[in-house]
Amino acid sequence: MKPIRPRRGSTLLPDGWRRALEGEGARYSWAFLDESAKREIRRRVLKAIAIPGCQVPFGSREMPIARGWGTGGLQLTLVLVGPGDVLKVIDQGSDDSVNAVNIKKFVRRVTGVATTTDTRQATLIQTRHRIPEEPLEAGQVLIFQVPIPEPLRLVEPSERETRRMHAEADYSRMWLYLYEDIVRYGEITVGARYPVMVNGRYLMDPSPIPRWDLPRLDRAENLFLFCAGREKRIYAVPPHTAVEPLSFEDFAFRVERFAGRRCRRCGSEASFLDEMIDDATGLRRWVCSDTSFCEKRRPGAPPPPAGGTPGDAR
Amino acid sequence: MTPILSVRGLTQRYGTGCRECLSLTGARRESNRCPRCGSIVACREVSFDLFPGEVLGIVGESGSGKSTVVRLLHFDEEPLAGDYRLAVADAAGTGGGNLFALSPFARRRIRNEHMGIVYQNPRLGLRMKVSAGGNIAERLLLAGWRHVGRIRERASALLQQTEVPLPRMDEPPRNFSGGMQQRVQIAKALSTRPAVLLLDEVTTGLDVSVQAKVLDLIRSLQRELGIAMLVVSHDLGVIRLLTSRTIVMRHGEIIEEGLSDQILEDPQQPYTQLLVNSVL
Repeated sequence: MKPIRPRRGSTLLPDGWRRALEGEGARYSWAFLDESAKREIRRRVLKAIAIPGCQVPFGSREMPIARGWGTGGLQLTLVLVGPGDVLKVIDQGSDDSVNAVNIKKFVRRVTGVATTTDTRQATLIQTRHRIPEEPLEAGQVLIFQVPIPEPLRLVEPSERETRRMHAEADYSRMWLYLYEDIVRYGEITVGARYPVMVNGRYLMDPSPIPRWDLPRLDRAENLFLFCAGREKRIYAVPPHTAVEPLSFEDFAFRVERFAGRRCRRCGSEASFLDEMIDDATGLRRWVCSDTSFCEKRRPGAPPPPAGGTPGDAR
Repeated sequence: MTPILSVRGLTQRYGTGCRECLSLTGARRESNRCPRCGSIVACREVSFDLFPGEVLGIVGESGSGKSTVVRLLHFDEEPLAGDYRLAVADAAGTGGGNLFALSPFARRRIRNEHMGIVYQNPRLGLRMKVSAGGNIAERLLLAGWRHVGRIRERASALLQQTEVPLPRMDEPPRNFSGGMQQRVQIAKALSTRPAVLLLDEVTTGLDVSVQAKVLDLIRSLQRELGIAMLVVSHDLGVIRLLTSRTIVMRHGEIIEEGLSDQILEDPQQPYTQLLVNSVL
């Protein structure tokens, strides 16, 4: 394997890191993690895929970013990335946020793989709290950064107790929480982190993605991987796996509604919109949360690929 | 008639245990603490039957093992030994076998669908921060109910039956008085129409007039639903009022059993005589 020569001249790295990455004779492992760490984490990923929705503990490594800033997602990215991969990193749908850009830069530096903002071209997508609007295909892998992997943490603080509940498929407490929500507010008020049943067996936290994205987890073509670096848990939704949001017969699950609003930049009515408030004028604007999707649809951009946009059917 | 619930050789021990625990404790040894290893034999070789529609009392002093028996029957803890059978239509594929041999998952299902329990302390049986209706809903949700409207219908019918004012259905039980909490507990226990109801010192800690109301409620529910009940109490008044048959326990052992009137009027064992004569 060709030793990598990271680019010189970064001033943000601490001395130790710079020496390791940039000094003469720098020999950092390809993709940063040492081979035994990669092997261990890959084994955990295989187990997670074999038991859809089940949280598999793993030895989370120290990364050059702080815990809580996507160390879980980053470790999976580094473990799965190969020389031929094309990487995309998004943060709440945006390719250009500081965190996404820095993670992308870091992976490029330690592996030299190509990066992109185009969902269609990426083979590996690391994401924080969104699923791209364009449908993913078989072979693409979506890696979620997860803050709290335990969906039952909301109703039960004890880890021992939540593990027992998972083992016995005892999810009545979660159902009770939703019932109480309906009694109090007339509807289920859970916005992001909406609990889902995976493969009819495990209750899973889909990470704080909006409800809008949940239908895309269900029987998808691609593999979804979830990793919480601080909490040291990996779980997965393999392709074609049933993922059902918890819902009552008379209070069905529904995604966010935008009441006919459309994106101010691309005019889309079938994508998840962010509300922007102009500080000076106080004006409210709605724009696509997925920036690369929005960019593709703007006038002058190459036409979006055929097949419709996700969310049309819903 | 076949018993709806039958227990054979139920034994529970707390502590490290040794070989002589069982031979060195019991009513004849006047202790339930093993002198060799210090373990407590909470109940030993307890066997009895409960018949459909019957109310069976268990009476004894504090530490006699009566609450342990109830906890074991409700699967709150694992017994050391024992055979436990429930004659219910669908015992979740148990084939009428020993329930203690089942997986925790199967046991929880049986407990949820065929048993109800009312504890002395409502904090054990109720979630204090969840609404009264939600407490009842929890059991229904575990039994697979997924329709909020129907759950609320059933919950309000039960609360009505147990005389909890309906406007307070969506209030948490911590706002309720002790007697009302106890009535919510009874409603929760009855929610899945269980075959057996376990009542563990239900009236202890309530004042006399509320005690009377709760006992009255239990009696009328028993008449209406014909549900089999196991009533644990140290209060002979409760036993006299509710039960038809009574078991007397001491140091973890059954020392006397018979018709309640017989036990209360003509006790045979010296301990039972003492117990009956100690009533103020």
